[in-house]
Amino acid sequence: MANLDNVKIMNPADSKIPEGPIAEKWTNYKAHQKLVNPANKRKLDVIVVGTGLAGASAASTLAELGFNVLNFCIQDSPRRAHSIAAQGGINAAKNYQNDGDSVYRLFYDTVKGGDYRAREANVYRLAEVANNIIDQCVAQGVPFAREYGGLLANRSFGGAQVSRTFYAKGQTGQQLLLGAYSSLNRQIQLGKVKSYNRYEMHELVLIKDKDGVERARGIIAKNLVTGKFERFAAHAVVIATGGYGNTYFLSTNAMGCNCSAAMACYRKGAYFANPAFVQIHPTCIPVHGDKQSKLTLMSESLRNDGRIWVPKNIEDAVKLQKGQIKGSDIPEEDRDYYLERRYPAFGNLVPRDVASRAAKERCDAGFGVNNTGLAVFLDFSEAINRLGIDVVRQRYGNLFDMYEEITDVNPGEFANEKNGVKYYNPMMIFPAIHYTMGGIWVDYELQTSVKGLFAIGECNFSDHGANRLGASALMQGLADGYFVLPYTIQNYLSDQITVPHFQTNTPEFDAAEAKCIADEEKLMNIKGTRSVDSIHKELGHIMWEYVGMARDKEGLELAISKLKDLRKTFEKDLFVPGTMDGMNIELDKAFRLNDFITMGELIAYDALSRNESCGGHFRTEYQTEEGEAKRDDQNCFYVSCWEYEGSDDKAPELIKEPLHYEAIKVQTRNYKS
Amino acid sequence: MEENIMKVNLRVWRQAGPKAQGAFVTYNNVETTPDTSFLETLDILNETLIEKGEEPIVFDHDCREGICGMCSLYINGHPHGPATGATTCQLYMRRFANGETITVEPWRSAAFPVIKDLMVDRNAFDKIQQAGGYVSFNCGGAQDANNLPISKVKADEAMDSASCIGCGACVAACKNGSAMLFVSAKISQLALLPQGEVEKDRRVRAMVAKMDELGFGNCTNTGACAAECPKNIKLANIGRMNRMFIAAKCKE
Ligand SMILES: Cc1cc2nc3c(=O)[nH]c(=O)nc-3n(C[C@H](O)[C@H](O)[C@H](O)COP(=O)(O)OP(=O)(O)OC[C@H]3O[C@@H](n4cnc5c(N)ncnc54)[C@H](O)[C@@H]3O)c2cc1C
Ligand code: SF4
Ligand code: FES
Repeated sequence: MANLDNVKIMNPADSKIPEGPIAEKWTNYKAHQKLVNPANKRKLDVIVVGTGLAGASAASTLAELGFNVLNFCIQDSPRRAHSIAAQGGINAAKNYQNDGDSVYRLFYDTVKGGDYRAREANVYRLAEVANNIIDQCVAQGVPFAREYGGLLANRSFGGAQVSRTFYAKGQTGQQLLLGAYSSLNRQIQLGKVKSYNRYEMHELVLIKDKDGVERARGIIAKNLVTGKFERFAAHAVVIATGGYGNTYFLSTNAMGCNCSAAMACYRKGAYFANPAFVQIHPTCIPVHGDKQSKLTLMSESLRNDGRIWVPKNIEDAVKLQKGQIKGSDIPEEDRDYYLERRYPAFGNLVPRDVASRAAKERCDAGFGVNNTGLAVFLDFSEAINRLGIDVVRQRYGNLFDMYEEITDVNPGEFANEKNGVKYYNPMMIFPAIHYTMGGIWVDYELQTSVKGLFAIGECNFSDHGANRLGASALMQGLADGYFVLPYTIQNYLSDQITVPHFQTNTPEFDAAEAKCIADEEKLMNIKGTRSVDSIHKELGHIMWEYVGMARDKEGLELAISKLKDLRKTFEKDLFVPGTMDGMNIELDKAFRLNDFITMGELIAYDALSRNESCGGHFRTEYQTEEGEAKRDDQNCFYVSCWEYEGSDDKAPELIKEPLHYEAIKVQTRNYKS
Repeated sequence: MEENIMKVNLRVWRQAGPKAQGAFVTYNNVETTPDTSFLETLDILNETLIEKGEEPIVFDHDCREGICGMCSLYINGHPHGPATGATTCQLYMRRFANGETITVEPWRSAAFPVIKDLMVDRNAFDKIQQAGGYVSFNCGGAQDANNLPISKVKADEAMDSASCIGCGACVAACKNGSAMLFVSAKISQLALLPQGEVEKDRRVRAMVAKMDELGFGNCTNTGACAAECPKNIKLANIGRMNRMFIAAKCKE
């Protein structure tokens, strides 16, 4: 374990935050950055790994500017990146509703929602470019929801008191991604983007230039159909490979979401920042059995009209757990709307971390409402009585149907009338791993600690601090890809215009490819007895139990030792059927699992070293008497950056990037009044 | 809630590679529960195969929420199985009877060659989109979003067409292997919106030409595509595309 008393402190200049007042930084940066002229752009190649909102928007925009782009994804089409699954919406500070929104307010809400652990300057820029995203997407033909007057509609989301979320039915991520995919397709057609589908990046290739500096110059990617490794070179590499939520096995992420590309960068010297900041989403369908492969998110937008509750009386909870009564049997006066009770100002719309912990608190106290005791109700009775079922169905019908398909229960179905009050079937929900705020460390230019390597979208750490607000990930992914990286990467590339197109027949590429092959041979040759999934599930249990919603020192130390044992199991007892020739889906999963184990350790180390509770990171030792998170701004006002020490068996080294706030006064987060 | 065990027999198409000879293999008494999804049931079967040292059945899947369009599978003669308006990943075992034998095949279409077992190559869909499924403008030049009011009715209709997940069930369902529903969904989305107006002729000509070139069959108005489409993409899209195509051809 790194010695925390004499940890390294990062030089403040390394984050490259521009001079000037917060509202002028980005303008100043753009005015003074170096650009690449059009004739030179043609000479420069950029690799973009990932085709989600971040990757697709970056790849298409870089190509529009004139760079040659190589774009990779593991799915069979760029359109299937995990961003497609985002339901709820995307934020912007348009203030179309005239409800007092502004760039500053969006900035402020995002910093506050992130529990004051994000970098101020990056967040301000995010809020600043958010409006451009909506314009861009509308121009692409994204069919956002509209009012009868023809203008765009908005809804509200957790952690905000204004209505600033744009949406396309319950399929916002899909529509935004298809918009980015359409721009990408145009560039593929024009020959400016080369698209590699069913390719998985395994290795980052660094080359030491004559000036003695190592720069990212390429990747080794596996063609998942042929099973062969292939080499790709470029002047810069951009990673847009999404989050690491699947470390926990069960999460709302798609099955293919992984952290392997990020881990490859980490092992090559890119710092990994704030890994412990993992978001647990309060409204997911509860776990039903041990064969389950993933958890389904019920959009946060449901909290606009749905009310969250558990019984007031423990006897009722016990009956619910035994299946003797149903939620709709419990009358209004015996329900505990605990979020409204504890947080009168925000009620059901408190941020995700607060809502998740409050659910856990009630369930730990025995008030859970299903057979496992790990669920709470999300109820629409009041909304249906107020608005009528038609309006409620219009808003949430597709989510109700989705819920019914999975659980066989129809929420919103009339169930009961007592003392003149009509009760409808509630949903059952429980928190689940959803999003990862931590990620590859980047500076203001979105460049990692490796020269020429950039990270965008969920896979970087930059904008959400210790907790992300709803509808802000889509905003960040597209901000990075459409409006930030295409500028900042030029500041780097402007020095590279004399560097000719790279060849891949160099010793660096030989070595990198040889390592990829050797790693796979090692996995194939273990020939043990355990399947990949069986070990991954075990990893998930350790993570959820000790590194999940509530953490403490003892548990985290235990987790680290359990993870070390799990790695031994993996290395000694894994079994991968088939061969290395052609497609081998188990081998691909084994490759990813190896990285998930490393990632799990990293999360645990970070959680252990951060002696405070903030956002998604809750250490039970650090809480107020009312059970709220207790931050330590004196000692923990920093970004933790973890540096690889040359081997997965060694503990990583902590480097702290101190945070500096100029515009915002750091306060205790208050959603009560 | 006791989990009640059910058993099914899975008759699955296995094919080692694109050129290999494929065949059905039946796996009897696969144990699952009514609340388990169909793909989770395949996971369960795969775990038992791996335990026996055999290679797992390969199938495409990712989001498992019915939105990415990755999952496919022809189940008991229906693309995405017996449920309507749902993808394979949204199919739960309560749809099947205890002891039932379920036949599972890949999409069968000349334009979607098998890669391995149940996984097919749908690259042709991307190629059609590349031919013209976009509005041609560069990032950065857009006007304020609310400068362009669009009627809610049109926007909602465009949204319905835009819901296509590109899964390919329409092609698999069609006796001619036609991609008309898929192509017309994109054409319609952009045709219904003012943003798509400028390029509408060019777009429909290019996308239809690409579709024909890639070996998709003709449309004979059977309607199997729309009946099997998990996103309820309407046949009316095809009518709109045909009208637009004729109009665009006349102008040429
Ligand atoms: C169910 C769900 C609902 C959500 N809803 C919302 C919402 O309403 N609003 C909101 O703002 N956010 C939402 N989020 C979060 C948001 O969707 C994601 O954070 C965001 O889409 C991530 O985008 P991305 O481009 O960074 O990564 P992704 O979309 O995950 O894309 C990753 C890309 O990297 C590729 N890739 C990965 N590894 C490799 C590799 N080794 N080699 C090559 N390619 C690789 C993948 O193929 C893919 O193309 C939601 C998330 C989930 C899970
Ligand atoms: S039209 Fe329907 S069936 Fe065809 S690809 Fe789109 S969603 Fe799938
Ligand atoms: S796995 Fe995504 S639609 Fe079925």
